[in-house]
Amino acid sequence: MTSARITSRNLLLINIALSAVFIIIQTAILMWLDISLRTSLIDSGVCYVLLSVICYNLGNILRYYRPGKSRFIYVFIWDLAISGVWLLAINWILSSIITEPGYLSLLPKSLPIRLFVAFLITGWFAMISWVIYSNEEQQLNEKRKQEAEKLTREAELFKLRKQLHPHFLFNSLNSISALTIARPEEARLMVQNLSDFLRGTLKNEEELQVTLEEELRLLQLYLDIEKVRFGHRLDTVVAKDETCLTAKIPQLLLQPIVENAIKFGLYDTTEKVLIKITAKKDDHLLTISVQNPFDPATSSSQKGTGFGLTSIYRRLYLLYGRNDLLETKAEGTLFITTVKIPQLG
Amino acid sequence: MIKTIIIDDEPLARDMVKEYLKAYPFISVVDECGDGFQGVKAIAEHQPDLIFLDVQMPKINGFEMLELLNTQPGVIFTTAFDEYAIKAFEAHAIDYLLKPFSRERFDKAVQKWKQHHSATIPNRGLKEMEEETTALTPEQHSRVVVKTGNNIRIIPMHEILYLQADDDYVKIHTKEGAYLKKKTIAYFEKVMDQNQFVRVHRSYMVQVGQVTRIEPYEKEGHLAILKSGEKIPISKTGYPKLKAILGL
Repeated sequence: MTSARITSRNLLLINIALSAVFIIIQTAILMWLDISLRTSLIDSGVCYVLLSVICYNLGNILRYYRPGKSRFIYVFIWDLAISGVWLLAINWILSSIITEPGYLSLLPKSLPIRLFVAFLITGWFAMISWVIYSNEEQQLNEKRKQEAEKLTREAELFKLRKQLHPHFLFNSLNSISALTIARPEEARLMVQNLSDFLRGTLKNEEELQVTLEEELRLLQLYLDIEKVRFGHRLDTVVAKDETCLTAKIPQLLLQPIVENAIKFGLYDTTEKVLIKITAKKDDHLLTISVQNPFDPATSSSQKGTGFGLTSIYRRLYLLYGRNDLLETKAEGTLFITTVKIPQLG
Repeated sequence: MIKTIIIDDEPLARDMVKEYLKAYPFISVVDECGDGFQGVKAIAEHQPDLIFLDVQMPKINGFEMLELLNTQPGVIFTTAFDEYAIKAFEAHAIDYLLKPFSRERFDKAVQKWKQHHSATIPNRGLKEMEEETTALTPEQHSRVVVKTGNNIRIIPMHEILYLQADDDYVKIHTKEGAYLKKKTIAYFEKVMDQNQFVRVHRSYMVQVGQVTRIEPYEKEGHLAILKSGEKIPISKTGYPKLKAILGL
């Protein structure tokens, strides 16, 4: 379709160019019918300037509202109506401003043909606008859809790569291997925890939102595994209002935030690390903050947020269209990551 | 008796190595460390023949720890990261064990060490150090770890004002003072962000943001005046490089 190549930006240009052509043609026809040049020009000018304005507005209407394909017929009815109104208008204008007798006798006879031409022009213009705008909208939708799909896929891949952090997995397996020597009971427990955690992360995405209670259960598995790995160095506290347990949260949102905090805490200090997770809900917002110790003197290379949080930031933006839901701040030797989850309904 | 130290921040990972070492009565574990700081101290104290070293550890990573040693014992890396194997061999590691590793694989590593043991590890030449840039850890691009007496200091790259070659060392100048690091200027040239640091002279690299003005010096030469007032010589080849980065 060549018309698909015509963009909406060119529509006005087409409109003006066509009007000019029609003005010339009609002037020529009228002069051929022995009407004076002046009158011919006034007639053609009035006709097509008015028609051009109508077409322009018609195009604008079709840009924002297009009846469904099955109701395309309505557009023709509109066209006919618009052409009729246009005909009445020019008939009134022309007969009141032009006094040339030859012309005045010609005008009533030319009305049917004028109506027909106007109908064709507006119809054609409506059609072309229709095609252009629906094409553009389709392209835009397509693009948006592709982008959304791409981001979702990326997020999912990212999640699989990062959340099932291979290092986390291999180090956990190594810990299990070590536990089998002297403490097989604990090894078995860790295998159980690791399996449950992996199953939780591999769960398909049908349920995008889960309750905080569910999310915390999965998180606890992760925390238990990490505590076995890092032994006495790692301590965790989860403080939550009972009321927020039923709050909804995107699946697997919390774990990477906590993982980031644990890594940050464990690798940035040599002392014991306390990770504190607090959840509270007010009005329509679930607020969860995760706090870890850090060393302000040497952590400048971490640039504050840490790599693990970029995917969270993006996910939140995709889900809620907001980029103010994830915040990080440093308070003395504490680094605090706060995530806000809007609660719908 | 052969002395060994296990350096790993996960206690169970250390247990694993200890367990496998039980099969070697002639190797004794003289110390265990949970981070690189302890590692440096323990190695200086015990002078072990062999160490088992993790990469990802608190504060400084395994490679950064090795940089701080005066004499390097035999090193067997034990890590879940497979991306630093090349870097490990550049650091003259005997072997690189990927966690979790089997007893057979562990035994092979110890065998390898036994073969190498008779031939003492030669001192690493400067030329060799210049070449080792194949697989740096992300930390090595963003900071430098130095030892001053008994203290270890982590210097973020952006705190470095300028670098000055000093025999086998590079003198790292910061606001707080200067530190020596056994590296070459060429090494830093490869590691540092090229938009931030420019090698303006055979013996000098300077942080671009620190330069307040450039003055002509003798014939054809120039001097970079830093915010701190210090004057850094700029060579004929260094001048256009600095000018390009400053957008002059």
